[in-house]
Amino acid sequence: MARTEKPVDIVLIGLGWTNSIIGMELADTGLTMVALERGENRDTVPDFAYPRMIDELTYGVRYKLMLPPAQNTVTMRHDPSGTALPYRSLGSFLPGIGVGGAGVHWNGHTWRPEEVEMRLKSYVTETFGAKTIPEGMAIQDYPVSYDELEPYFDQFEKMAGISGKAGNINGQIQPGGNPFEGPRSSEYPNPPLKGTYNCRLFEKAASEMGFHPFPLPAANASQAYTNPYGMTLGPCNYCGFCERFGCINYSKSSPQTCILPALKKKSNFSIRTKCEVIRIDLDKDKTRATGVTYVDEHGEEVFQPADLVISGAYSYHNVRLLMLSGIGEIYDPAKKTGTLGRNYAYQMTGGYSLFFKDKTFNPFVGTGSNAVSMMDYGVGQIDFGKEGFIGGSIITSAQYNGQPIRSLDLPAGSPAWGSGWKKAAHEWYGHSMSIASHGSNMSYDTCYFDLDPTYTDAYGQPLLRMTFDWKPNDIRMTQFMKAKIEPIAKSLSPDSLKASFKTENSHYDLRPYQTTHNVGGAIMGADPKTSVLNRYLQTWDVHNVFVMGASAFPQNLQFNPTGLVGALTYWAARAIREDYLKDPRPLVQA
Amino acid sequence: MIKLLTLSALAALGSASLAHAAPNADPALADRGAYVAKLGDCVACHTGPSNQPFAGGRAVPSPFGDIYSSNITSDPKFGIGDYSLDEFSRAVREGVRKDGARLYPAMPYPSYANISDDDIKALYSFFLNRVAAVPKQAPETKLVWPFSMRWGVGLWDWAFGPDGVTPNAVATDAVARGKYLVEGLGHCGSCHTPRGFAFQEKAYHGDDPLFLSGGEIDHWPTPSLRAGGSGPGLPSWTQEEIAQFLATGRNAHGAVTGEMKLVIEHSTALLTDEDNLAIAAYLKSLPASKAPRPTPASDATQRLTAAKVDPNSGERLFLDNCSACHFVDGKGAPPAFPPLANNTLVNADDPAGMIHVILAGSRLPSTPYAPSDLAMPNFDWRLSDDEVANLATFVRSAWGNQAPAVKPDQVSKVRERVVKENREPSAGPIFTDP
Repeated sequence: MARTEKPVDIVLIGLGWTNSIIGMELADTGLTMVALERGENRDTVPDFAYPRMIDELTYGVRYKLMLPPAQNTVTMRHDPSGTALPYRSLGSFLPGIGVGGAGVHWNGHTWRPEEVEMRLKSYVTETFGAKTIPEGMAIQDYPVSYDELEPYFDQFEKMAGISGKAGNINGQIQPGGNPFEGPRSSEYPNPPLKGTYNCRLFEKAASEMGFHPFPLPAANASQAYTNPYGMTLGPCNYCGFCERFGCINYSKSSPQTCILPALKKKSNFSIRTKCEVIRIDLDKDKTRATGVTYVDEHGEEVFQPADLVISGAYSYHNVRLLMLSGIGEIYDPAKKTGTLGRNYAYQMTGGYSLFFKDKTFNPFVGTGSNAVSMMDYGVGQIDFGKEGFIGGSIITSAQYNGQPIRSLDLPAGSPAWGSGWKKAAHEWYGHSMSIASHGSNMSYDTCYFDLDPTYTDAYGQPLLRMTFDWKPNDIRMTQFMKAKIEPIAKSLSPDSLKASFKTENSHYDLRPYQTTHNVGGAIMGADPKTSVLNRYLQTWDVHNVFVMGASAFPQNLQFNPTGLVGALTYWAARAIREDYLKDPRPLVQA
Repeated sequence: MIKLLTLSALAALGSASLAHAAPNADPALADRGAYVAKLGDCVACHTGPSNQPFAGGRAVPSPFGDIYSSNITSDPKFGIGDYSLDEFSRAVREGVRKDGARLYPAMPYPSYANISDDDIKALYSFFLNRVAAVPKQAPETKLVWPFSMRWGVGLWDWAFGPDGVTPNAVATDAVARGKYLVEGLGHCGSCHTPRGFAFQEKAYHGDDPLFLSGGEIDHWPTPSLRAGGSGPGLPSWTQEEIAQFLATGRNAHGAVTGEMKLVIEHSTALLTDEDNLAIAAYLKSLPASKAPRPTPASDATQRLTAAKVDPNSGERLFLDNCSACHFVDGKGAPPAFPPLANNTLVNADDPAGMIHVILAGSRLPSTPYAPSDLAMPNFDWRLSDDEVANLATFVRSAWGNQAPAVKPDQVSKVRERVVKENREPSAGPIFTDP
């Protein structure tokens, strides 16, 4: 029999970016809130303090800040006929754990989607014809537009102190920025970071070929910055320990640097760490949540009654929690029933490494967002009818860090070990740069989540099962990018080039790092027949459960998801605060 | 004797006018008292390790032993719940307990003597009506003889107490209001005025150049607050910058460390902007205690950015440990990272405070205007006494700083205290259920 805690008005599941924002945006209602976080409390000092954080092996390779797969993992298969197996080591995505969540260890790329990505299906249908969408592709429109979200992108960027250069302010194209971006209501709150040598080379080469390079929008403060919550970021020192690390320098935007100390001052907000929510509890009719059940650090099961439940767990943990709680019907591709778990998507990436004998890049200087990008081959800039695929990429030259274990790129054909490897490492370390594509991934009928029939977690609950593989559309997209990047790379006259792009023979492998963006599974939409959440991230079936995060994306953007995740969270927070709390009900009539 | 008579006479006058105030009378009065308690920062000293506000038990160090703060909750037995207004007033403004015993002047009653009758009434109403009783005895103070004899404090009062009192709580003039707060409730002189052989503050009023000319608290040097004129330290801060420091613990010139963190967190960060500006206006009205000096030329930045840096030098230690935040020009990045150039703690004659920060780290208080509790990590595990001395000596002579060199034995003394304090210097506030 579970112990029952004192009821609260609102329970928050997880305390990363989304629920830190929710806590802050709902704090002034005076309602009592408790955040349940399965990991530990974490703060810049002592947890990320210099110099102990500067340890590639501990944090970069052994993932000390991540959720250990021994605690919770996924099972994986390539198609619905296969047998999924659980993974004990992840690389392709890295769910965080602890206060701050993945907001602690991210790289900080902070994008807004292109306007057309928010209404992708309509855009493709209207512009290129419905036949352009291949059989089995399951793309949908977001039920909210770029214009509606613009104030919330702006709010997120100002809160996080993003460093960048606007390309379009209220329709006016700005020199030096991204001319293809949607109109912004204001400039970025901080000027761009200083770029490294590779950035200058790429910028020059791309400009000379008629492209439109711009500094990648970075969640690393380029100067001391105080956000609207009164929180202060310090200027980034380009140490290069961003992704997989907590920032030593209060420079990378995170819940810790941008929100939590301000939130801690709110007397109606509290947090319990080492408390893992195992289900959302529903009333008899399964139309209302009564609270959540969690396991505390002593292994005791606790029921936390609440009037409102907001799940802000990692993308696919949101999906699994809904499945374990019986909220929504689990998707079945054979029977074409259910929506929960549908439209899982990942991200399509590729890249060229360029090696130069006579050029020295100082790889010790870098940041997680030290990069120059171009969007000339973005989703809105490609003729899908002509090219035979749907999608697009941003093309970027970045220098994130010079960490020797993971960032020692060698020319093709170099030995992988022994004295030959040492010789190559000596010869080429610091003499390479990359030009990479980071692209969209469409959703498909056969890419989805459900519950694994065999494998369970420590509490005896089924693991999440992932069914996913690359599809020809997305392979064509990445091969297109390969063809577009090659001339840019060659224009820089490197001594050698090394390509790494998926081909028609590629199968998805979740062990190597690619980029870490899982989306979908609990998608937002205009129709409960094809979505789990309405336009305010409220579940169609249980109106007092809201779900934050990239699980709401109906397919993946060409971008890193955090900018849209943040904007959607502010958008939902406003709807909850100004509408739902005054009259709790479904905010959209099905 | 004249002093003593003056005080008694005033106390007698006070009795006549205060006798009719009663608790429970007026919620607005208690509200105002809550603010007066913040002005006086009562909670900082009267809250001990058990973290029960106003229940006492915090050790206030003195050269004669630790003086424990008393329980001033509304508990009638262990607190001040059975004090009349007059008795309360006598304790606060004259240092005399209900039972007639003398309080030790760790309680800043020589400063509080200037509190206006209105503020005393409000404060009394706050403590009796708003502060929950904590039925717990605060630890007894046991000083070495002869200071263990409380009656001796009466003689101390006679010899060293302040001259007269000039209540001016409702002054409309900012400087006058600032004077009332600084000399009185704020009791800034307790730490910032040098003390004499009997631990007395050498001055209580701004017209004496020793008042607020810098002192020491618990081994930390405290800077001169006399901010008029020009020169390094507070004279180079504007009135607004002083007010900003009081409200947030940080400004373009530095970040708060040491005991002042508690003052900011519990008192000045919670004051009205007008009061912090008034305090600043008054401090700017006090002529600086030291004549301005020329800033020496420094090539520290060039030495730090030179291709070759001696591996055993203070420069090298600075690059490896400090420059990520404080930068090679020593300018930091306020309000995130404080500058070290012209920093009052760095330039203090006594390096103990600076050494403490290097060894134990320091965390900014989280205030309503500036909730970021940015922290510098501790370096005690990483740097030896020799290295800290080397590093501190470099910083104290770089970028125009002028302070004496630091010796390893000075570091080792602070290190002993840091170990003894056994605080978690780097642990932030913990979350608690409401």
